[in-house]
Order: sequence, then C-alpha cells, then structure tokens
Amino acid sequence: MPTTTLGVILEGIALERRFGASRVLTQVDLAVGRGELLVLVGPNGAGKTTLLRLLAGLTRPSKGEVRVLGHALRSTPAGKRAIGVVSHQTLLYDDLTATENLRFTAKLYGLPSATDRVNAALDQVGLRTRGEEPLRRLSRGMVQRVAIARALLHDPSVILMDEPFVGLDRASVNQVCAILRRLLDGGAAVVASTHDPALVWSLGTIAGVLVQGRWALYQRLINGDGLLARCEELVRG
Amino acid sequence: MADLLRPSVAIAAKDFLIEWRSRTALLSATVFAALVLVVFNFARDPASLSPVVLAPSVLWVTTTFAAMLTLNRAFMLERENEAGEALRLAPISPNAVFLGKYLANLAFVGVVDLVVLPLFVLFFNVDFGGVLLGLIGVIVLANLGFIAVGTLSSAMAVRTRFAELMLPVLLLPFLIPPLIGAVQATTRILAHRPLSELMGWLRLLGLYDIVFFTVCLLVFPSVSDE
Repeated sequence: MPTTTLGVILEGIALERRFGASRVLTQVDLAVGRGELLVLVGPNGAGKTTLLRLLAGLTRPSKGEVRVLGHALRSTPAGKRAIGVVSHQTLLYDDLTATENLRFTAKLYGLPSATDRVNAALDQVGLRTRGEEPLRRLSRGMVQRVAIARALLHDPSVILMDEPFVGLDRASVNQVCAILRRLLDGGAAVVASTHDPALVWSLGTIAGVLVQGRWALYQRLINGDGLLARCEELVRG
Repeated sequence: MADLLRPSVAIAAKDFLIEWRSRTALLSATVFAALVLVVFNFARDPASLSPVVLAPSVLWVTTTFAAMLTLNRAFMLERENEAGEALRLAPISPNAVFLGKYLANLAFVGVVDLVVLPLFVLFFNVDFGGVLLGLIGVIVLANLGFIAVGTLSSAMAVRTRFAELMLPVLLLPFLIPPLIGAVQATTRILAHRPLSELMGWLRLLGLYDIVFFTVCLLVFPSVSDE
C-alpha cells in the first residue's frame, strides 16, 4: 500500500482489471498529491496503459475505485473536468488544423475565452505559427505537441501521460519537461508512463514499477539515482 | 438542455467541417445514388411499367443505401487517432455525442436527398406539380427515425472489426417499417391521392420517429461505454 501524502488529488484504491479470465491488474493502490509526478514504468504488457485508462475513467475497474479530488471519478462531471490525458494516440482529427482541434476541445469543455486559451496553448507548445495548418501536414512530433496542448487546454489538476515523448526530438522533450515542471509547480498531479524513465526522473517524486499487473516497486524518490537503476533492472526482469 | 445542445452542435459542426474538407462520404453517396438511378432508368421497360408505380421504390432504395454510406462514416471519423476517446474524456453526456452525430447525419442525408431528388425527376419524368412539398415532408418524416436508428447502428458497428459490413446487417431489419411507410406514402403522393389515404402511413412514420429516437437516445450511453 503506497504511503498517503497530504493533498492527495488522485487515488487508486485496490484497482483490479480483468479481461475475461485474464487478470491485467491486481490490487494496485496509488496516491498522487499536488505537485507530484508518478513515474510509471514496466515491461510491455505489464498493465501501464490499462492503469492509465482506469485512472482516466476510460475503462471501468473490475474491482476497486479511482478517486479524483476526493470524489469517485465517474460520479460527477467535475472528476472528468479535472483530468487531462496524453495518450498513445493523439485523439485529434487529421483533417482539422491545430487551432480547430483545440477550439473543438474548448467547446466540449465549455471553456470561456476559447480563442485566447487556444492561442496560449499553442504558444506553450511552440506551434502558434503552425496553428492554421491541417494536422496531416505536421510532423509526428508537432502533432504530439498539439496533443499535449489539447490535454492541458482546460487546466486539469491531474495529468495522465502514456508515453508522452514518443516521436519527439530532444528539443521537444525538453520543452515538454519544462511544461511538466510548470504544471507541477502549479500544483498539478501527474502520472507519466514511459519506457525511458530517465527523461522525467528529475521531475519525479514517486517511482512505480508494474510487473505482471502488480507493483513490483512503489516508492517515493528520496535518493533517486540508485532507484532509477533498480527500476530499470526490474523492467528488464 | 444547453449543456446537451452546446456540445451536440459543436460535434455536428466538427463532423460537417471534416466532411467538407474530405468530401469522402457525401461524394461517394451522391455518386452511388446517381449511378443507381441511371441503372434503374435503363433497366426498366417504360411501356410495361408506369413511372408512378416504380418510382417510389426506386427513390427509397436509392436514398436508403446512399444514406448508409454516409452513416458508415459517422463514427469511423472517431476511430482515426482514437479521437472518440477525447469525446469520452470530455465532461459531456453521451447523449450529447448521439445528438451531435444525429444532427450531422441528418444534414448529410439531407444533402444526398437534395442531389437525388432532381435526378429522380429527370430520369423518371414524374409529375411533381403540387406534390413536391408533400414529398419533402415524407422524406423528412422518414429520415428522422431512420437516421436515429442508423446513428445508433453506426456506433455499434464501428466497434466491430468489419464495421462497413456490419452496419447494413444491424440497420436493415429496423428499416423495414419506415421504408414500407415511406414507399406507400410516396406512391399515394405521386398518384395525387387525397391526404386521408396517406394519414395512416404518416402516423406510422411519426410513431416510428418518436419511439426509435427515444430508444436510441436511451440506449446510446451503454453502446458508447467501453
């Protein structure tokens, strides 16, 4: 059972997920507080994406509960409003421009001053000048940055990221890390799943290694450097 | 109500903008409809069968299958980059998604009808004098229910591996009542029969619209869930 911290805004309580007879997650607990980043690692098929989908409310847990800001995730729209997701896929429409995609998101979330927010979000990911081009004309890395802008447009308090650095060059990775730093300083709780934990290790406050659907390690990062090597060792098996 | 309509209109407008850019569904549906009308026009023997007898069936077979092409596209859009997940993440009711898709499909099928109707007049040489408004009324009445069922079926079919094949299989059995009603009403309109002869079929279409729109709206949240 993970240590609970003050100001916890994202909790997973005894989460379990089965697909038919196969159990993908077993008794997974987690608690992420304001300004904390859980670095989620694990080998392929360990259940990282399933865990993120449970935390996002996209998949129902077979057992257990996800609580956001103290409420059951699926009980109120406020829970959904508090969550921003960067997925494997971009969740964007290739035939629309970056601006149109973000405007559409703003309408879904009922955000006031949508134009200003969209411009600010595009500025944040360094794509203001490419905002009027259809996504299919942008590179994979640029589209990934638009996907990050989409996830952050409604100022969520919880950000869930599944392999956020896929397709990004070093400069873009640094840019995303700078955004994450700002979000953490602003009190957001972040869970980032990655195959390369070193990229976000300096920002992380909790390390979680999933192996075969269970925590093989769930620990606060106090002396982070030694733990990174141990995490990588656990992932390699 | 505004919480339902605001995202619905946004979803419909987004679908329309994407379709306007790609023209995938509308172009294929209108070309298909034109080809079917051409084939029927040359396949029939004008001496043995009056256009008024054949025309209603041809009109409805053509528009129904053309509409299916546009309905197929409705939720396929959301499969690209898993964009549909963003709809599920948003703090909106699943009914808003259904309404948005329904409005977009109504508009798409309306555009297909607008193209089909003049071609139909051209090929079948049917006398539309004084009956055009009535015919448009029947088309609208039939479309309201048919597209509700089509939107729900499209949402179900897209979750299968063979979405394009599944849609007709799921949809066609539910289309039998409105198709019969629409063909019968259209036959009477084109034959300039009095309104009293149509009322039974119009009532059937109206009842179908109310029942199936309500059922689809209620069922959609469980269809759209994981």
